[in-house]
Amino acid sequence: MNAVAACFNALRQRGECALIPFLTAGDPDLATTAEALRILDRAGADLIELGVPYSDPLADGPVIQAAATRALQKGVKLDDVLAIVREVHQDIAAPIILFTYYNPIFYQGVEVFLDKIKAAGVKGLVVPDLPLEESDRLLEATAERGLELILLVAPTSSPERQTAIAKKSQGFVYLVSVTGVTGVRTEVGSRVEALLAGMRQVTDKPIGVGFGISQPEQAEQVKAWGADAVIVGSAMVKRLAEGTPTEGLQALETFCRELKTAIS
Amino acid sequence: MNITSPLSAPSHQYPDALGRFGNYGGKYVPETLMPALTELEEAYYRYRAESSFQEELAGLLKDYVGRSSPLYFAERLSAHYARPDGTYPLIYLKREDLNHTGAHKINNALGQVLLAKRMGKKRIIAETGAGQHGVATATVCARFGLECIIYMGVQDMERQKLNVFRMNLLGARVQPVTAGTGTLKDATSEAIRDWVTNVETTHYILGSVAGPHPYPMMVRDFHRVIGQETRQQALKKWGGLPDILLACVGGGSNAMGLFYDFIDEPAVRLIGIEAAGESIVSGKHAATLTMGKPGVLHGAMSYLLQDKEGQVTEAHSISAGLDYPGVGPEHSYLKDAGRAEYYSVTDQEAITALQRLSQLEGIIPALETAHAFAYLETLCPQLKNGERIVINCSGRGDKDVQTVAKYLQMEI
Repeated sequence: MNAVAACFNALRQRGECALIPFLTAGDPDLATTAEALRILDRAGADLIELGVPYSDPLADGPVIQAAATRALQKGVKLDDVLAIVREVHQDIAAPIILFTYYNPIFYQGVEVFLDKIKAAGVKGLVVPDLPLEESDRLLEATAERGLELILLVAPTSSPERQTAIAKKSQGFVYLVSVTGVTGVRTEVGSRVEALLAGMRQVTDKPIGVGFGISQPEQAEQVKAWGADAVIVGSAMVKRLAEGTPTEGLQALETFCRELKTAIS
Repeated sequence: MNITSPLSAPSHQYPDALGRFGNYGGKYVPETLMPALTELEEAYYRYRAESSFQEELAGLLKDYVGRSSPLYFAERLSAHYARPDGTYPLIYLKREDLNHTGAHKINNALGQVLLAKRMGKKRIIAETGAGQHGVATATVCARFGLECIIYMGVQDMERQKLNVFRMNLLGARVQPVTAGTGTLKDATSEAIRDWVTNVETTHYILGSVAGPHPYPMMVRDFHRVIGQETRQQALKKWGGLPDILLACVGGGSNAMGLFYDFIDEPAVRLIGIEAAGESIVSGKHAATLTMGKPGVLHGAMSYLLQDKEGQVTEAHSISAGLDYPGVGPEHSYLKDAGRAEYYSVTDQEAITALQRLSQLEGIIPALETAHAFAYLETLCPQLKNGERIVINCSGRGDKDVQTVAKYLQMEI
């Protein structure tokens, strides 16, 4: 069994809901990102999503867009991001999932890209602008390498699409909680409950819920609705970016522990 | 002249069922939008086949837009390219600048708003660069009483102030976009984010033959009337086809509209002109097909200006409508297939061409359009006596006078 699926398997046996924090790599700087990965791991993260900064992040709201722009302005490149993964991944228990848009993958070539990230220690991949219809080649190539490509289901996906996506998704299924981009929201849409129940009918794969979850109460709610994982992005990125890197790391650790407590 | 139905079934075989033109096109968007794209595609095929839709569109194109647009023989511009022996090619202008709102963009905006109305969408969003598509969209939204939000980069709002004011007059809200360079690419990204968020109530009137399927096909089809009229007018005027079709290419909608009905006519040369900005070697340009490499932007695989990391790079052009690092996927396909040729001209050449057309023909073209005219300097000396060029005079230049004055260091 591959790393992401194995991680969920272990959580399921313990009856736990996973916490998956997201960070934009290189914001505020690469050293802080490396330290943040270690901190999240010890503060309760079960898996960690690491965002590769991209020039045109279509699926992202203002917080992650701004973080990506700052990182790019500092010259952060894919190889820098992978260097961090290489440095950190053996020290931490949480598998690292790379979040990247499709063009940088396509530009390097799917096989070259995947070989590179696997060698660095990445376990899974989320590509927000690659829907099911365009995913076949990448799904085959990840499967050949023991990597896992996590596909996304949206509130607008029909039951037929949900079924088809869940069937092909590797590791777990990423349920987008809102029609919209990533970002902090005050409420988690009540339709998530029905979406989760519907998804349960069509798949036994783990389901992670993300987009818009920013508070421990929301995480607890999503867990109560039956999610196998709660994914928190913008709220993490925002905390890490505020104040000095030391202050940001402290705030990140506190927040991660609060979330973990809420879903334990 | 009779207006032919603008939306009879295309003879050309592309795109395929996945929205691909060869390797290009497709749907590279977040899952949230996939059902909306399917809904749009189905609605488009359904209404395209309905005579009531066709009739309403044809009626509005005639009485509201003012179609057909004339095919005008530019006598003095043609004579300008006379050689010492007195021979010269014949230059005709397809006068899309005479359409209501002053550019070809209204053909598509009108077609899409009729679709949106039938799909029950009450809120319309659009992106704009030069403001021509924004004005066209604001216009049709006013005509049909729909809420209209136009995303526009802050840099473009500055250089196309007149069009911002026009959109406001028409009752649209212009939403400034500060991300990136504050130009068309950033405005498009922001419009897509809005659509992801409000997809269930909103129709996105994309303004070029770019974006995810079905947009490149649908926008092309709504502009196809340009080429269809040109064919009829050419037959009537000289009993044959044009030898060369010439158009500027940013995203490529006016060029696709002109080219499409001639793709299966191998004797007709198709030439698209991109913006070389300050110059190709300066790196400050928008010559995507000339200098880009295949990649994914705004939902489609196509040629793209990008760096060695696969990050999309900034485009540069004096013309806001061409200032875009991507291009419509069908142009990428036509380029690779060797069916169309693509070249580029600089800001300076475009400005000179704008002045030349103004003074020789009394027609002030848009800066975008001026790029196509600038290429005549290269093209005409290569042509035989009497060869016929049809240029898509895609827009008028009133909106650009401030930019031109600034470039020429003149005060208005």
